Amino acid sequence: MLKVSGLRAAYGPVEALQGVDVDVDAGEIVALIGANGAGKSTLLMTICGAPRARSGRIEFDGRDITRLPTFEIVRLGIAQVPEGRRVFPHMTVLENLQIGATPAEDSYFDDDLDRVFAMFPILEERRHQSGGTLSGGEQQVLAIARALMSRPRLLLLDEPSLGLAPLVMKRIFEIIKEINESQEVTIFLVEQNAYHALRLADRGYVMANGRIVLKGTGAELLADEGVRKAYLEGG
Amino acid sequence: MAYFLQQLINGITLGAIYGLIAIGYTMVYGIIGMINFAHGEIYMIGAFISVICFTALGLLGITWVPLALLIVLVIAMVFTAVYGWTVERIAYRPLRGSSRLAPLISAIGMSIFLQNDVQLLQGARIKPLQPVIEGGFILTEMDGFAVHLGYIQIFIVFLTVVLMALFSVFIARTDIGRAQRACEQDRTMAGLLGVNVDRTISLAFVMGAALAAVAGTMVVLYYGVVHFYIGFLAGIKAFTAAVLGGIGSLPGAMLGGLLIGLIEVFWSAYFTIEYKDVAAYSILVLVLIFRPTGLLGKPEVEKV
Ligand SMILES: Nc1ncnc2c1ncn2[C@@H]1O[C@H](COP(=O)(O)OP(=O)(O)O)[C@@H](O)[C@H]1O
Ligand SMILES: [Mg+2]
Repeated sequence: MLKVSGLRAAYGPVEALQGVDVDVDAGEIVALIGANGAGKSTLLMTICGAPRARSGRIEFDGRDITRLPTFEIVRLGIAQVPEGRRVFPHMTVLENLQIGATPAEDSYFDDDLDRVFAMFPILEERRHQSGGTLSGGEQQVLAIARALMSRPRLLLLDEPSLGLAPLVMKRIFEIIKEINESQEVTIFLVEQNAYHALRLADRGYVMANGRIVLKGTGAELLADEGVRKAYLEGG
Repeated sequence: MAYFLQQLINGITLGAIYGLIAIGYTMVYGIIGMINFAHGEIYMIGAFISVICFTALGLLGITWVPLALLIVLVIAMVFTAVYGWTVERIAYRPLRGSSRLAPLISAIGMSIFLQNDVQLLQGARIKPLQPVIEGGFILTEMDGFAVHLGYIQIFIVFLTVVLMALFSVFIARTDIGRAQRACEQDRTMAGLLGVNVDRTISLAFVMGAALAAVAGTMVVLYYGVVHFYIGFLAGIKAFTAAVLGGIGSLPGAMLGGLLIGLIEVFWSAYFTIEYKDVAAYSILVLVLIFRPTGLLGKPEVEKV
């Protein structure tokens, strides 16, 4: 479904991605782990065209999307829940969801809204509250719901558990699994919390200094000595 | 008291015109964080197009005032909007993502270019217009001073209030308005959600220009003259109004415009006309010292 090959991207002189190869198949949950500054967020953003790739190729459903503008990439069925959630603070929950529905047909809106409200009742309760006044967990839920409003086939999630209380975090991982199973959305997940992510994922990649240094199934990576040392123990 | 009332009427009329121009500054600033220094020229072009249209309609024999006004307003808005769109395409979009200084210089260049352009095409002399909306009535008479309310003043204030109300609803309720606000708050995120950011920015320029065109038509009707230099002064006043109200805030631009108009008129009436501009800027400085975000400005959103 998603095929990234030889991808390079940079912020000015800083080379954040130095030739990355990643594949995500339809229906999978794929996790990407790695230390801070490894280039994980940059990879997700570059897939969406912001920043644009310096070289390499990104294919979605066999189509080259490397040079497409962001809004067109998103309209093909890729949604992102970015690092830091980026909920619109001065817009209500409902307006955030309306913006999220931009790529979808208008006729789906009411059904889709019912669907996310059924999944996340808290959002219905808070529908007229502005995004900036929600708690961290609520904002994370809103960011996920907002992404779902576009009816994506591939969902990119960047550290959805960051800064959340353990219980809320557990719930977020359950939600991700639900979205993947019941709504058939393919998931590419970036996580600091390597243990939870790898347990959830079918496959995983480990990134360091802008390169993929290891890949395997979730179980293989969990068992890997290097991964345990670097990302699991004391982490 | 009568004198005061008269100044109030004049001040509100002038403030309405500044407010309409100020909306263009505040929208563009809100969305790309940059002052569009060419916006005053856009307003000036709107005024010139209005004079040309009124003259042409007169030659064509279309003299029924409501029809003539409608035609002139529509033509001025459309043509001026095209100018606004073009300025963004030529002077700003190619520089997006570069340093903050480059678009600033480009904006000033664009402003000088438009001024010279109009000067060459239309000449450097003041261009007059036959009065279109004449007359008015005496509101009251006190202490031998008649308070005069012109039909043109009623027209200006009424049209401004209607346009501002429509525009506020448009920004609050429609998809396009929502996209404008989303891009204001987080442009990258709006793009990630499928909003066409470039088009949204273009539309901010287009809408700001169309409102400035209305201000241009009004000023031509009010003063009966136009000159290629009016864009500079009015631009600076309206910009001051936008900052005073809180740059990036729509109600702020409207309030700021009204205040600047009132300050200017009252200062000229009660003190000396020479220092009326200084008065407006002094108020601005004072407000910014105590409220750096302007009267209705929101504190800068923390970007993650
Ligand atoms: N907006 C930016 N401007 C400049 N450098 C950046 C920017 N975002 C990230 N970087 C740099 O790119 C590298 C990769 O960062 P990032 O993709 O955020 O890593 P991760 O998500 O794995 O923590 C880091 O060296 C970081 O400092
Ligand atoms: Mg990151």
